[in-house]
Amino acid sequence: MKELINEKGLRIDGRKVDELRPLRIEVGVLKNADGSSYIEMGKNKIVVAVYGPKEVHPKHQALPDRSILRCRYHMAPFSVDVRKPPQPSRREIEISKVIREALEPALILEEYPRTAIDVYLEVLQADGGSRCAGITASAVALADAGISMRDMVAACAAGKVSGQVVLDLNDVEDKEGEADMPLAIMPNLNQVTLLQLDGKLTSEEFERAFEMAVKACRVIYEAQRKALIDKYFGKAEVGEE
Amino acid sequence: MPEIERKYVTPGELIAEGSYKPISNVIRIKDKFYATKVGLAEISHEGIRVIPLSGPYIPRVDDLVIGKIVDYSAFSWEVDINSCFFAYLSAQNVFGKDFSPDRESLLKKFAIGDLIYAKVSAYDRTRNPILSVSGPGLGRIPKGEVVKISPAKVPRLIGKKGSMIKTIESATNCKLIIGQNGVILIMGPPDGVLLATQAIRMVESEAHTAGLTKNIQNFLSKYKVIES
Repeated sequence: MKELINEKGLRIDGRKVDELRPLRIEVGVLKNADGSSYIEMGKNKIVVAVYGPKEVHPKHQALPDRSILRCRYHMAPFSVDVRKPPQPSRREIEISKVIREALEPALILEEYPRTAIDVYLEVLQADGGSRCAGITASAVALADAGISMRDMVAACAAGKVSGQVVLDLNDVEDKEGEADMPLAIMPNLNQVTLLQLDGKLTSEEFERAFEMAVKACRVIYEAQRKALIDKYFGKAEVGEE
Repeated sequence: MPEIERKYVTPGELIAEGSYKPISNVIRIKDKFYATKVGLAEISHEGIRVIPLSGPYIPRVDDLVIGKIVDYSAFSWEVDINSCFFAYLSAQNVFGKDFSPDRESLLKKFAIGDLIYAKVSAYDRTRNPILSVSGPGLGRIPKGEVVKISPAKVPRLIGKKGSMIKTIESATNCKLIIGQNGVILIMGPPDGVLLATQAIRMVESEAHTAGLTKNIQNFLSKYKVIES
């Protein structure tokens, strides 16, 4: 097994155990989408497009009292080292569902009855933690589309590598490490919308990982907010009516 | 003028605490008020509201909209009004109460692809909007240039008591018809149409800034439209 944390306490990419990867979020990158965003979280690169609310096809899927949210998480064939076949895999279908369920509590879907909101996530480059980056970017794209939201959703993973609890695992740490725990929260409402755990953690380790991830989500939320403010308000002062 | 406090907000952001009335795009949890959209929050004695900067067009009764005929049946037209719902325009509204599909053909009045200026006469969340073209100025649009902007920015384009639209109209020699759904029709000399389009794009990109009407006036004063 590789040495994932060296004697100085640094990880394979030089980060400390509680350090996030460099994060960059852009809003409104796609002209034809109603809302869009682009995220770079370390080596992860994801484009998200939101279309809607729009009429539902097939029509029988429509709900009379609220909108339906549809998500598609897809990895480009060139996003990983060995070509990934382009058809949706079992894993992608599952992640699509998980992302949808992480975003749904934040959206006020009752405002758009009989409609559908489509979220397309295209992973251009993957390096572990792409579902978290995807959720973060999707929330920004939904806000860009002007869909009513109770709160933003920010996501980050924590886990266990070489016996230590670490934050924001990359691909190698995810595969070689002992546990990976993606977490998504609504930062203002203080609610968890996604919590998965792959591997084993003791209850103390879990508490520590959870705390770490929540703290990181708040940092990510600030980045989301900044990206939206930059796009919509630039450097302008407060406007009149 | 009563005091109004303004700030930029993003979804989920805390706007204020206390006893206010939520007006629009605001949710209340206990006595805390959070924004639900990206926009400008306004806190006044009336209550709290967020003026959104993006978002779809949700029809409201009595809105004037510009729509495109996309389909027709024996009794009605289907109209695309740039919203998540298609609107219906009934043939009875156009031909009168005694309309019969045997006597009149709907295509005589509006064909597929025609643009119409219409009023939303009925809409609630359980049904698609119903349009009406009975009223002065309503009906088929014979000519003009169409520009689409984000529906959330329409109030800004109209301005306080129509100040913005008047500024653009007088400087460009054009007539503007604004649909609440974000579709704008410009009629006038070619130079004017071009200039008006630029001005509208400017309003759209700078909708959140202060003193926008002044900026637009300055911008427009640099050009002169020649009457054709």
